[in-house]
Amino acid sequence: MTIKEIQEELIDEFAMFDDWMQKYEYMIDLGKTLPLIDAEKKTDDKLIKGCQSKVWLNSEMQEDKIVFTADSDAIITKGIIAIMIRVFSHQTPDAIVAANTDFIAEIGLQEHLSPTRANGLVSMVKQMKLYAIAYQATNK
Amino acid sequence: MSFDIKKIREDFPILKRKVNNAPLVYLDNAATSQKPQQVIDCIVAYYSNYNANIHRGVHSLSQEATDAYEKARKTLQLHFNAAHSHEILFTAGTTESINLVASGFSELLKTGDEIIVSALEHHSNIVPWQMLCERTGAILKVIPMNEDGTLQMDRYSNLLNDNTKLVFVNHISNALGIINPIKKIIEQAHQVGAAVLIDGAQACSHIKADVQALDVDFYVTSAHKMCGPTGVGMLYIKEAWGKTLPPYQGGGEMIATVTFEKTTYAEMPHKFEAGTPNICGGIAFGAAVDYLNSIGFDAIKKQEEALLSYATEQLLQIDGLKIYGTASEKTSVISFNVSEIHPYDIGTILDKLGIAVRTGQHCTQPIMDFYGIPGTVRASFAFYNTKEEVDALVNAVKRATMMLS
Ligand SMILES: Cc1ncc(COP(=O)(O)O)c(C=O)c1O
Repeated sequence: MTIKEIQEELIDEFAMFDDWMQKYEYMIDLGKTLPLIDAEKKTDDKLIKGCQSKVWLNSEMQEDKIVFTADSDAIITKGIIAIMIRVFSHQTPDAIVAANTDFIAEIGLQEHLSPTRANGLVSMVKQMKLYAIAYQATNK
Repeated sequence: MSFDIKKIREDFPILKRKVNNAPLVYLDNAATSQKPQQVIDCIVAYYSNYNANIHRGVHSLSQEATDAYEKARKTLQLHFNAAHSHEILFTAGTTESINLVASGFSELLKTGDEIIVSALEHHSNIVPWQMLCERTGAILKVIPMNEDGTLQMDRYSNLLNDNTKLVFVNHISNALGIINPIKKIIEQAHQVGAAVLIDGAQACSHIKADVQALDVDFYVTSAHKMCGPTGVGMLYIKEAWGKTLPPYQGGGEMIATVTFEKTTYAEMPHKFEAGTPNICGGIAFGAAVDYLNSIGFDAIKKQEEALLSYATEQLLQIDGLKIYGTASEKTSVISFNVSEIHPYDIGTILDKLGIAVRTGQHCTQPIMDFYGIPGTVRASFAFYNTKEEVDALVNAVKRATMMLS
């Protein structure tokens, strides 16, 4: 699926819920199913420090696609990470660089991507894009 | 005067607000307090009626503004029982007050001198001293803490010696709410000839400090923790130290005579108050202190103690909930975690339910490292909070725990 298609799919999934509690419960469940990042990859150079929660992000090239794995010490942050990984992992660098995260607002979870929240998520998305730009550059 | 909570809440317009469609339950008072209408009116009145620069005009408005500003200084003097009003300096807040003292001492300290801080300090009370030590070659020593959040006073006694020049301790720790035995700390420091700065940022909304009875050398606080505006604070500086310390910043107001050869400095307090100050803030600070005294510190204490004991008892019934800072001498602050749930997660769900608490390290990373935790959820109560709001908190924590486990 393309990034756009996955984003549409997520918007549909979240549209089923009519209150924030259900939305959050679903997001927390997504966080729990996030495939864990290998322990040996949870090193300091993969650590994105938010003041409130920590995020680890690893990226690898598999053929022409980037595979992201990530983790956080906070479960709500992990839920958002799971959503971002579903959208951006196993995509080409070109597609990742071209994509945006406007769908998060449509789902109604935009507050988690606010830079003032200091949960590390804004930096994580930025870092995903930077990896994609770096892979783009090395492949050309 | 009887304590009429309904009437008191009427004084605070913000308490009528909704957040995320729920009535606001404001339990982040240790970060900043809310402002009563009396203080808001004072700010509006200043800008509407007598805004002018102070200490420099013969015209009537300037006189009125100067009188109001100096009256606020007098209010603070009486409130903290300082011997002289010129011992009360207006600053931008606790952080600036601390930096003013640190900057002054950078000219007095030499290699081998020692400074003592406590393990319970706010970052704003650690970093200026580390910088001071780097500049002067002085050594920073730390009073360690106990599991219950108290200081190891026997270790403190052992740290004191003839090289000790300064001791810095907070009156009440912001992360845990524990009241430190500052009178004893000051007495022991004075026995070796060291000066003491007490950070009262967390204390002043709960306790009326008497700087003469404490015999403290410097006592600092921020107006915004005491129902006053942000951007203004206080440094109480004992007269002898005011004469010893060099000026902090150069500028207008702080000089007596200026020629290009030599400038002589003004007397206290102006020596330390360069430039146009936060005039309105200072006046409103005075109004905030008047407001708190109109409620009365005994009444405040009684209400907050009731809230603290009720909230402690109710929260502890939640499975897996652990409170940090369990010593008996504490103010209305509860720092806690539930099982292994991250404080950020609990704080996020509470916010959805309209409840404002603080989560994280509270600018006290050393305390969090001591407990080996990423942070805590901190609920801090003020006299305008109610038992019903405690119930809302407890129910919300239960709900969050259910969602997050
Ligand atoms: C104990 C303590 N010291 C210092 C400060 C810093 O105060 P301000 O930010 O008003 O300068 C705070 C504020 O959180 C505090 O709680």
